[in-house]
Formats: sequence, structure tokens, C-alpha cells
Amino acid sequence: MDFFANIILGFQTAFQPVNFLFCFVGVLTGTLVGVLPGLGPVAAMSLLLPTTFHVSPVAAVIMLAGIYYGAMYGGSTTSILVNIPGEAASVVTCLDGYKMARQGRAGPALGIAAFASFIAGTFSIVGLMLIAPPLAEMALKFGPPEYFSLMTLGLTVLTFLASGPMWKALIMACLGLFLGNIGMDSINATFRFTFGILELSDGIGLVPVAMGLFGISEVLLNVEQSMRRTVFETKIKNLLPSRKDWSESSGPIARGTILGFFLGVLPGGGSLISSFVSYAVEKKISKTPEKFGTGMIAGVAGPEAANNSATGGAFIPLLTLGIPGNAVTALLLGALIIYGVQPGPKMVIEHANLFWGVIASMYLGNAMLLVLNLPLIGLWVKILKVPYPILFPLILLFCLIGAYSLNNSLTEVGLMVLFGVIGYLLKKFRYEAAPLILALVLGPMMEHSFRASLTMFDGNLSQFFFRPISAVIMTVAILLLVLPLIPGVKKRPAIGEGED
Amino acid sequence: MIKILSFKDFFAGLMFVAFGGTAVWLAQVYPFGSAGRMGPAYFPTLVGGLLTILGAIVSLRGLAVPGQKPGSFHCKPLILVLAGVVLFGFALERLGLMIAIFTLVVFSSLGGTEFRIRGVLILAAVLALGSFLVFIYGLGLQIPTWPFSF
Repeated sequence: MDFFANIILGFQTAFQPVNFLFCFVGVLTGTLVGVLPGLGPVAAMSLLLPTTFHVSPVAAVIMLAGIYYGAMYGGSTTSILVNIPGEAASVVTCLDGYKMARQGRAGPALGIAAFASFIAGTFSIVGLMLIAPPLAEMALKFGPPEYFSLMTLGLTVLTFLASGPMWKALIMACLGLFLGNIGMDSINATFRFTFGILELSDGIGLVPVAMGLFGISEVLLNVEQSMRRTVFETKIKNLLPSRKDWSESSGPIARGTILGFFLGVLPGGGSLISSFVSYAVEKKISKTPEKFGTGMIAGVAGPEAANNSATGGAFIPLLTLGIPGNAVTALLLGALIIYGVQPGPKMVIEHANLFWGVIASMYLGNAMLLVLNLPLIGLWVKILKVPYPILFPLILLFCLIGAYSLNNSLTEVGLMVLFGVIGYLLKKFRYEAAPLILALVLGPMMEHSFRASLTMFDGNLSQFFFRPISAVIMTVAILLLVLPLIPGVKKRPAIGEGED
Repeated sequence: MIKILSFKDFFAGLMFVAFGGTAVWLAQVYPFGSAGRMGPAYFPTLVGGLLTILGAIVSLRGLAVPGQKPGSFHCKPLILVLAGVVLFGFALERLGLMIAIFTLVVFSSLGGTEFRIRGVLILAAVLALGSFLVFIYGLGLQIPTWPFSF
């Protein structure tokens, strides 16, 4: 078919100088953000979003995507060397990775993490490339009820998987949904909850909220602690894993890749859950489960593969259905809408150069990352040693300038700061921000689909269950909501922070 | 006397009930419509209502289940950093970016763990220069740079 023509188109697009440059900037920033604890991909993406307004949407998405999967590479560096996760999905790598470093095996740990990430990342892009177009065709048959059910499922899965009690995440989701209602209503064009403030008429901006919740709040939280980071001083020689390392890792990498891909596709899933599940699986399958936590390379290879593979998978619902499954893809969706690209099943065809260009750039990016992460590891170690008092004013400044440059108005800045404080309070009271952001982005779409569906059904809610696809999805969503209420059914124990 | 086992949950729940209730109340201004033809108030009312119910559940839990302590608050760093950020906002449009950066760095660093005036001023200068080169010169963003420059 014109499959090969598309791939060639993609690579042609990806190799254009601007796109190539943005890909590099993206993966570099992503690695940096992944290496530095306290700043995650969502914050970085929202920070760099304003700088992309002068270039094409293709370059912008290439860069933003690069930040996402780049962070998955960089996160393992801090986990292994400092026992602090660089970003949420690398928490699991701390368990065995740091132990390996203590045993003098930091090199192979870093090496296998990079290689696993590369292999998994590449495979997941292949999967994306093969599955997305046919899925998009199938999705053309989706109507408002299917979309509503899918979005509900996404929110439900995210709240189910969130750390902490489910009702906390549900409250966050409700808040996000409500905030999404502020502004002009999509069907009647009524201004809702704007209180005469002009800047609110377009709704609460995604970028200030994301920067506030994930960027400013992190600074507020980290400033309190003296971040005394003892980076491993041993010489990191021999980054190439041994033959034995490879034989122990190949299984975990393969399993992690497949696991991560499917968990990434699932709305509400993502890199965090993939890495956890991979660790659990490897531990179960291993012949020496008791050794996990003491420096088993399988405990590094599997999760690292999984979290990278999930990034490719996460793009599938976004690019084919226009439905984001987690906070990162929610931000990407917001960005696409800002650029005037309507995500959805038609996007694959109408914006073919965007779709294939991004895919090709992901191959490119993963290759760049392999180079960045192995030879340049010394550089990252040096950066890790930069004291936080120097770093955080820089982060604050970036956020402030970024927010101001959106509209040359202090309103966005004020909004960002407000949400920074809110994010701080949420963290202190152990609520998660990710459901809020996802709900904020999904809110308007959900309402639109809901109202359209009910108009189709003439007010009859049960019709959601008479359409086969919608029925299945809705049932799963409701099951997830109800499951924690059944006594004896334990949610997975809360392990770590939510998805950045 | 009802014993509140978890203040955090109890009051958080009340707060959400208040929030949800306010949402529903605010939404009443807009036409509600019917299930078959939903007005602008429908969805917010649903969401607000859900929030209220969830908030009530949380409050009730607060009466029955002991909760975790919230993370500890350190007021001084928080207030100083926020002050730095807010002052940046005020300074930006009146005094320009360069001065605003100095304000930001000085105040927020006061909220940090170590404060050495020389280091802080050098950092501020570097950031100011860097911002000028990257944002004003490089990216061409329209940001007031010097005092009374517009």
C-alpha cells in the first residue's frame, strides 16, 4: 500500500533541519528533565510550549514527544546513581539499580537501562506505526457514545491506578471536570463561571495550570528540604553490559516491551504503571525472587523497557482517537488544539505529514538518546551535582517567562502561581494532580460527547449499553469504580507518586 | 460527642462539599434543559453534585477512620518563594524584566536553605543576561525589559 510511501514521507519530514533540531532539543531537554529530580516531563513540556508557537505544529509535537520519551531515558540515571527517581516512572529502577551501583556495577546498570529503553522504544514505535492507521479507520465508526465511554474509562482507570484511596483521585477528577467547564460552552456558546473576567472566556488555560501544578509546586515543595544529593563517586567505567547481563536481561526486556506497550495504550495507563507491573512480573517469574531488591539486573531491564514502550503505546489513543490517556498526552492534545490540528481518526490522513513525521522522529529521537545517554553520562552526573539553590530560581524564571509570554498578560502568571500553591497543598495532603489535569482536558470533550449522546438517545441513559462497543467500555469503567468498594478486594498498595 | 478521627479528611470533605455545592448553585443561572436537550447547566450540575457526594463521603470517613498526618508545612520558605514570584509579577510590567529577575532571585533564594549574597547576585546577573540573550534577543519575545520602557 502506500505504507512505504508514508514512511518515506515521515523520514523526509523528520530530517528537515527545523524538525531535526527540535527533535534534538526535545530529547536533550527530556533527558535533562528526567535526570533532575523534581521536574517532570509535563512541567517541561508546558514550559517549552510557548516557544513552539512560531514554528510548525510538526516541529512542536516532535519536540514535545521527544521530551516525553527522553525523560524515560534520563530518569534511570538518577535512580541508579542517587537512589532518587528522576521522574515518577523511574521509581522502580531505584530498587535494584541503586543496589547495583553500590556493588560497583553502576556502569552495566546504566548501560542496560539505556539499551532496554532503546529496544523497547523502537519496538513500540513499530507497534504504533502498524496499529494506528487501521485503528483510526475503525475509529471512524465511533460515535459520541463510544467517545464518552472511552473518556470515562480513561478517567476511571487513572483514578483506579492512582496512589492513595480512589475517592481522592475521583475528587480530583471532578474538580478537573468542573474547571474544564469554565469558559464558553461548546454547544450553546454560553459563558459559564467567568464572572466577567475576560481572560476566562476561553476557559482556564492548560499551560498555566500544568506549569503551576507540576512546575511551581515542585519548587515550593523542594525548597524546604536541603537536597543533599550524594552522587555515586565511583568511576563509571564499562557501560557495556556483559554477556551474562544480556542473557539475564533479554527476557525482561522482551516482556517489558510488550507489557509496557499494552499498558501504554490503555487509557489511564502509562509509563508509571508499566514499570511497576513489569517489576512485579519479573519478580514473580524469576527463579530467584528473593534476590530482587539486592541488585538483580532483571529489575532494571524490565521496568526500563516497560516505561519506554509505554510512551509509544500512549500515542495510539491520542493520535487515532484524539483521546489522551494520561497527563502527558493530555498536554499534547492541548498543544495540538492550540496549533489548530483537530486530533481524531481523520488526523492520520488529513495531517499525514504530522503523523508520519512524528513517528519517524521518534525513531530518530531514540537513536539520539542512546548516544546521549551512554557517552554523555559523565555530563549528566556533573549536572546532578548542581546545587538546588542555583537550580530553582532558574526553573521559576522559566515558568514565569513562559506563562507571561502566552498572552503578554499577568493573568496567566497569576493563574499559574495560584495553581502552584494548589499543587503544593495537594501534595501535602496527598492528593494527586494527574487526574485533575486529565479531567481538565477531557472535560469539555466529555461534556460535548455526553450531550450529543443524550440528544441521540432522547434522554435515555440506558442506551449507552445498547451499543456494543460503548457497552463493553462502560461496563469495564463501572466495574473499576465499584471494585474498591467490595470488601476484601484490595487495590494495589500505594507505591510512589502519580504520573507526572 | 462525635469524635473526629481525622481532621484532615473531615475538613477536606467539608471543603469539597462546599465547593460542589457552590458549583451547583452557580450553575443554576444557566438553563438546565432536559435529559434529551441538555442546557449549559446540566454537566456542571452533575459534576458539582458528584463532588458534593464525594465530599460528604470523605467527611463521614473523617469521623470513622483515622487518617494520615499531612506533610509538614514549612512556612518561611513557602512564603518567601511566593513573595519572590509575586514581586516578580508586580515588577515585570513596571520595572522591566531585568529588575524583576533580580527581585525574583533574591527573594526566592531567601527562602532556600543557603543564602550567600554574592552568589545570589551573581546568579541573578547570569540569569538576567541569559534571559536577555535567549528570550528578548533570540526568541524576540515582547517583554518589557527596562523600567518605564513602554
